[in-house]
This record gives sequence, C-alpha cells and structure tokens, in this order.
Amino acid sequence: MKLKIKTFGISRDILGGREVELDMNGTSVGDLRKTLSTRYPTLDKLNSLFIAVNHEYAPDEKVLSDKDEIALIPPVSGG
Amino acid sequence: MIEITEQPIEVQKVIEAASLKEAGAINTFIGTVRNQTSGKNVVKLEYEAYEPMAIAEIQKIIDRAAQQWSLTGWAISHRTGTLLPGEIAVVVAVSTPHRKESFAACQFIIDSLKQTVPIWKKEFFEDGDQWVSAHP
Repeated sequence: MKLKIKTFGISRDILGGREVELDMNGTSVGDLRKTLSTRYPTLDKLNSLFIAVNHEYAPDEKVLSDKDEIALIPPVSGG
Repeated sequence: MIEITEQPIEVQKVIEAASLKEAGAINTFIGTVRNQTSGKNVVKLEYEAYEPMAIAEIQKIIDRAAQQWSLTGWAISHRTGTLLPGEIAVVVAVSTPHRKESFAACQFIIDSLKQTVPIWKKEFFEDGDQWVSAHP
C-alpha cells in the first residue's frame, strides 16, 4: 500500500521531506513501523516514535487506508 | 481559547480569555526561552507544531482538567517559529472559583502539554543544533 506520511521535528530530517511517499508491506500501524524501521533505521535511535492517524495517536493494531492522514510524532518538546 | 501562533503572544489577551465573573482566581503560567542548556549558550529556538493535532490534544488535556477541577475559564497560547532567549513560548491561563484549584489545574495543563502535544523545539547553539528530547 502506498501512503503519504507527514513528518515533524527530527523525523523530517531523517526521512528528508515534509511529506514522504512510502510503499509499505501490510496494512496496520505496526506494519508501517516495521517498514519505517527497515528503511530508516536511524528512527530506532529516538527516545520514542508515535504514529498519528487523522490527528490521533494510533495503536499498532490500527488498520490504515490510503485516505488517512498519517504523521510521524517523534519525542515532543513543546512548552 | 486554544491558539498556536507565529506572532508574539499577548499575555493579557490570554488572561482575559480565561477570565470569568464566576472565577475567584486566575492562575497563569508563562514559559520563556532560557539562554542556556547544560551550560551551553542558546542562540535561538525554533518551534514547530502539527497544528490540527496539537489543538485536538490540548483540548483533550482541558477536558481532563475540567473533570478534575471546576474550571470557570481557560486559555492556552503556544508560539511557533523562531524565538530568542527571553521570549515567551507558551502561556496557560486557568480560572477557578478558588485559588487552590487554579494552581493544580494550571500545573496539570502545562505538564501534560509537554508530554503529549505534538510541538517540537530545536535548540541552536553557537556550534550546532539539536532537536530537544529526541535522543536518550
């Protein structure tokens, strides 16, 4: 499945763009994690990495569709 | 009021947005840019937000706070873009009928904001830069 992924903070530096197209194996958030980890191993060095789907933190079981707005959420540091 | 803005935050506006006649206390937290981190001089910070999600997450924090304390009003403004030391990055204002609750609610909101709201800052030093909290 082809997905468009929005990136923020350090994840943008690692993926190299504000929005990156990714061809992933599988359909869930967990599958996306595996694809990301294989393609961008530097992501594994972060303190944490969450995936947001349609502006909500998503669990690994969540099934994705190509219409979803998907974003990488590296460790937040607001305030 | 929940606001993510590139413009300098007007503290008085945030306080007024949180004020209500039913309130007996308004508690305001102002977060500013510190001029050093671990002994290194900070030249500037750059903040960015995933705006629609940041607003949704702040709303969730407010909802949780409203379940615990009797909030009469609240307002949060967070700055994005380039900030220099001394500038205001975030303002949280909460009003409640009595002062004790206003302190607790204000602290809860700013502590939660730092944990869950998708906003990031990059620190720029004289000799390099880093995304805050990204790595162990």
